[in-house]
Amino acid sequence: MNNLRQKILKKLTYRIAEVSSKAGEGHVPSALSILDIVWVIYNNFININLIKNNSKKRDFFILSKGHGCLAQYVVLEEKKMFSKNLLNSFCKYNSKFGGHPDVNKIKGIECSTGSLGHGFPFAAGIAYGNKLLKINSKIISIIGDGECNEGSIWETCLIASHHKLNNLICVIDKNKSTDRALKIDNLEKKFDSFGWKSIEINGHSHNEIIKALSIKSKKPIAIIANTIKGRGIKFMENNPEWHHKNINKELLEKIKLDILNQ
Amino acid sequence: MRSQFTKTVTELFEKNKKIFLILGDIGVFGFRNLLKTKPTRVLNIGILEQATISFAAGLSKIGFVPIVHTIATFMVDRAFEQLKLDFGYHKLNGNFISVGGSYDYAALGCSHHCPEDINLMKNIPTMQIVVPGNSAEFHQLFNQSYKKKLPKYFRLSSEENKLNLNVKFGKANILNQGKKITVIAIGPVLNFLYEECIKMNLNLIYYTSIRPFDYSVLKKIKNKTEKIIIVEPFYEGSITNNVINFFNNKKLHIESISIPYNFLENYGSKKEHDEKLGFSKKNFTTKVKKLINN
Repeated sequence: MNNLRQKILKKLTYRIAEVSSKAGEGHVPSALSILDIVWVIYNNFININLIKNNSKKRDFFILSKGHGCLAQYVVLEEKKMFSKNLLNSFCKYNSKFGGHPDVNKIKGIECSTGSLGHGFPFAAGIAYGNKLLKINSKIISIIGDGECNEGSIWETCLIASHHKLNNLICVIDKNKSTDRALKIDNLEKKFDSFGWKSIEINGHSHNEIIKALSIKSKKPIAIIANTIKGRGIKFMENNPEWHHKNINKELLEKIKLDILNQ
Repeated sequence: MRSQFTKTVTELFEKNKKIFLILGDIGVFGFRNLLKTKPTRVLNIGILEQATISFAAGLSKIGFVPIVHTIATFMVDRAFEQLKLDFGYHKLNGNFISVGGSYDYAALGCSHHCPEDINLMKNIPTMQIVVPGNSAEFHQLFNQSYKKKLPKYFRLSSEENKLNLNVKFGKANILNQGKKITVIAIGPVLNFLYEECIKMNLNLIYYTSIRPFDYSVLKKIKNKTEKIIIVEPFYEGSITNNVINFFNNKKLHIESISIPYNFLENYGSKKEHDEKLGFSKKNFTTKVKKLINN
């Protein structure tokens, strides 16, 4: 990762912690596991101006694991989709920014998610429609490995492969959050067996993310991204205690120092 | 009604290039011609209701007008959350056409019954709910509303009202103006009560839309009504709150002919269930007479 990217990612990691700390809300580790992926999607693939203009020819990004929305919010903020002050209201009563992304309130959000297993089939519908309309676009959806417990994920895999939706990319955030409940191994083989083109990557390597998102195939593409839940904040990394927990002021200071020293 | 649904949608396909029909592996034979002539916009998607509804929402997001058709319980019960969030909360246009409401599939047992669909759909604030009384009414109501940018639930029934009416989406019809007792009938229940209402000089209001709910007709009978019978061919209570809220503090006696909150554990025919549950001329007249004497 070059220095500029590193600097931006550190800034965004801290911003997630800061916004969450102010609100006393948010799924911080779930946002941090996908932050690199969300950044690459918006920075390298999606034309943000087409989103701003609501162009029919735009690419779509749908965060099916909606509880990771802080990653999407801070990236959209960095891309100047909205002014910085707005995100400071995160989870306040009248805020546009809640604990899950809301299409009715936030420019740049394509689908309201939260309940798992909804955004991915929604993305498949867009992918089917755009193929029908002969619009050359990428429809990218991030799902969680825990979300793979949901039947609708595998229903969507069937639909997408049957209809050869090769404009649909599913990034699976494999942060092992589901291991304690219902472990899902061999995701690559599972997606392959459903007729997808699968690839396993390091979900924090920008080069690997870029390479995977650039794959051309006749099949829909599954990117199994191995990630670290809480990535970038050492005491949170792979610590389930932090799944949905407040960051107090002292800890926020500690996070600031830790990030600067990395 | 089901064959009318096929005809109506097939006609609309010629006029509207945004219509997208999704079949949950039912009604495929009826749409065989459309499947051949418009294969890209007619999809027999398979038996996966949850993903189907979200998928349809994705299509709606980019401007298609989805029509989703499957058995009521599999659509409403199984995919309720998808209807609630992906269409209801998103306020997207979608048309959900069910068959097998209540006990139309009487012999198939509880797994295929769905008397709860209307009350469940009412819990989705933006869901528009339509209960046509016969095929001609379905044709009118669907044509009037399918483009509206909200989700809409159309309940097809195996029962057909014989009366020919002009109906409007969101509007009720006053079919008879009588005295004191008011019958509020919803959808395909007119055959056993229409003539009785005329004979017994009862107010008869007929609803095909449950949402939007037409309050204007209630205004017309507000001062003449003390006793109301709601006839609703599904679980009880579908419009009771609307009526109570409208009449506010007025003292009312409300009775209903509806399905009580029980599982229907018998099989047989729809007609047998109708008789047992009181959707019959005999039960209706008995109820009215009791109410008159009360």
